[in-house]
Amino acid sequence: MYISQAMHGIAYGMILFLIASGLNIIFGMMGILNMAHAAFFMLAGYFCYTVVGITGNFWLGLLIAPVLTACLGVLMERILIRRSHAAGHFGELILTMGVASVIVALIKKIWGTESLPLRVPDILQGMVSIAGMNYPIYRLFVIGLALGVLALMMLLLYRTRLGKIVRAAVSDRDMVNALGININLVFMFVFGVGTWMAGLAGVVIAPLLTVFPGLADQVGMDAFIVVVTGGLGSLAGAFIVAIIFGLLNSFGVQFVSQFAPVLMVAFMALVLAFRPNGLFGAKDR
Amino acid sequence: MLLEVKDLNTHYGPSHVLQGVHLEIAEGELVALLGRNGMGKSTTLKSIMGLVKPTSGSIRLDGSEIAGLPPFKVARAGIGYVPEERRIFPGLSVLDNLLLGVKGGRMADPNDPNAWTVERIFHHFPKLKERTHQHGGLLSGGEQQMLAIGRSLMGNPRLLLVDEPSEGLSPIMVQEVRNVLADINRAGVSVLLVEHNLKVALSLASRVYLMSKACVGCQASAEEVKTNAGLRAKYLEA
Repeated sequence: MYISQAMHGIAYGMILFLIASGLNIIFGMMGILNMAHAAFFMLAGYFCYTVVGITGNFWLGLLIAPVLTACLGVLMERILIRRSHAAGHFGELILTMGVASVIVALIKKIWGTESLPLRVPDILQGMVSIAGMNYPIYRLFVIGLALGVLALMMLLLYRTRLGKIVRAAVSDRDMVNALGININLVFMFVFGVGTWMAGLAGVVIAPLLTVFPGLADQVGMDAFIVVVTGGLGSLAGAFIVAIIFGLLNSFGVQFVSQFAPVLMVAFMALVLAFRPNGLFGAKDR
Repeated sequence: MLLEVKDLNTHYGPSHVLQGVHLEIAEGELVALLGRNGMGKSTTLKSIMGLVKPTSGSIRLDGSEIAGLPPFKVARAGIGYVPEERRIFPGLSVLDNLLLGVKGGRMADPNDPNAWTVERIFHHFPKLKERTHQHGGLLSGGEQQMLAIGRSLMGNPRLLLVDEPSEGLSPIMVQEVRNVLADINRAGVSVLLVEHNLKVALSLASRVYLMSKACVGCQASAEEVKTNAGLRAKYLEA
């Protein structure tokens, strides 16, 4: 019972982490707070719903939907954000909020407003028994997938030249540019990876919560709280806080159901009162 | 001429910082750009590098126009930049800082004796070799300066723009940086140097450009600046 609740919490935390780290990676490098991030996350859920509807294959949806979402993210960066760059970060904020509204409106137009269920393949259904305890397989899968993505990101960031360029650009993008590196290409790539992560989260959350137009607001807000509490730009902060929030959420619902939504906000307020830049945030951002 | 700057104008918002700068650097030369604070020496380097977009004027590298190009294209055309604040990547190791300077990630041909490689940089800066795997942010000011110079050399530039390399360094370190710049120049890299330490600048440069409100890009030989106190009083001393 507690175990199942903890599993639920950790799985939700992992999904929050996927969204939050996508948001973080984009903010950390480009200084853009992408308000359309949660909308992309939700859009991927719908893409997956449609892909599964056509092909009947969840795995294909898991593969295609995030990539499709990433392509749209890259398009937004190239066509819209780069143009509004001169207007400063405030312009980007308004612009991405606008894109979010457009995405939500289009979703309602195309897929309607009801909740669409997404069935996971049989192999991911049911429980698995490990050491005498039963664990829901799908939650284990979500946790494993998120850990896999985390490992992949770490490998990319710390073991490849591209990752080193990204890390260098977080601290000083003009200097990276002056070394002969086409920073705009790197930005495009980072934006793609960030929205891909949001897309992946959107796909894996769909079987748990179904897909509905309020998904972006509900989960997106949680993801924003994770980013702010963990510290803008900090992957480690997002990871730890996402798990804490996932657990707070699931145990909160269990024991003090009316107060569950308050717990996360209260935790954020407490952290920010003592550490205004978040748990792992840089001092001078 | 390796570099020809003609009638370069740059604005920061409403303020007209560079007003018609002229300067020329021949292949293999080390030229110093001198003048009081706020005369636009750093802005001249940044404008050449493309980090600040010039409003008008021409910058030619080997005859081809590079004014207004983005910094990465200027760098690929053969110009290296060592900024005033050094701008080392603090979270990356010394080695990774150097490797980011390699253009397109393609290492220079190891058989080419003129190519700058990690080994050659470490030969010039033995202190960096000891700190190969340390984070750039943990280096002393002098070591960071060495790293910034080494990082730009890894791109095998034909011309190096160096902004205030001796700033904030101990006298011993200043001397070391000076010797390294002389070595690099002897190795065939042309240098445009902005330096407030007159002794260092004049001991390195063959020619000097003086920047002031009245005269942008007035030329003098290093010898003239050394011997003519009136000239120094007019352009350089506070």
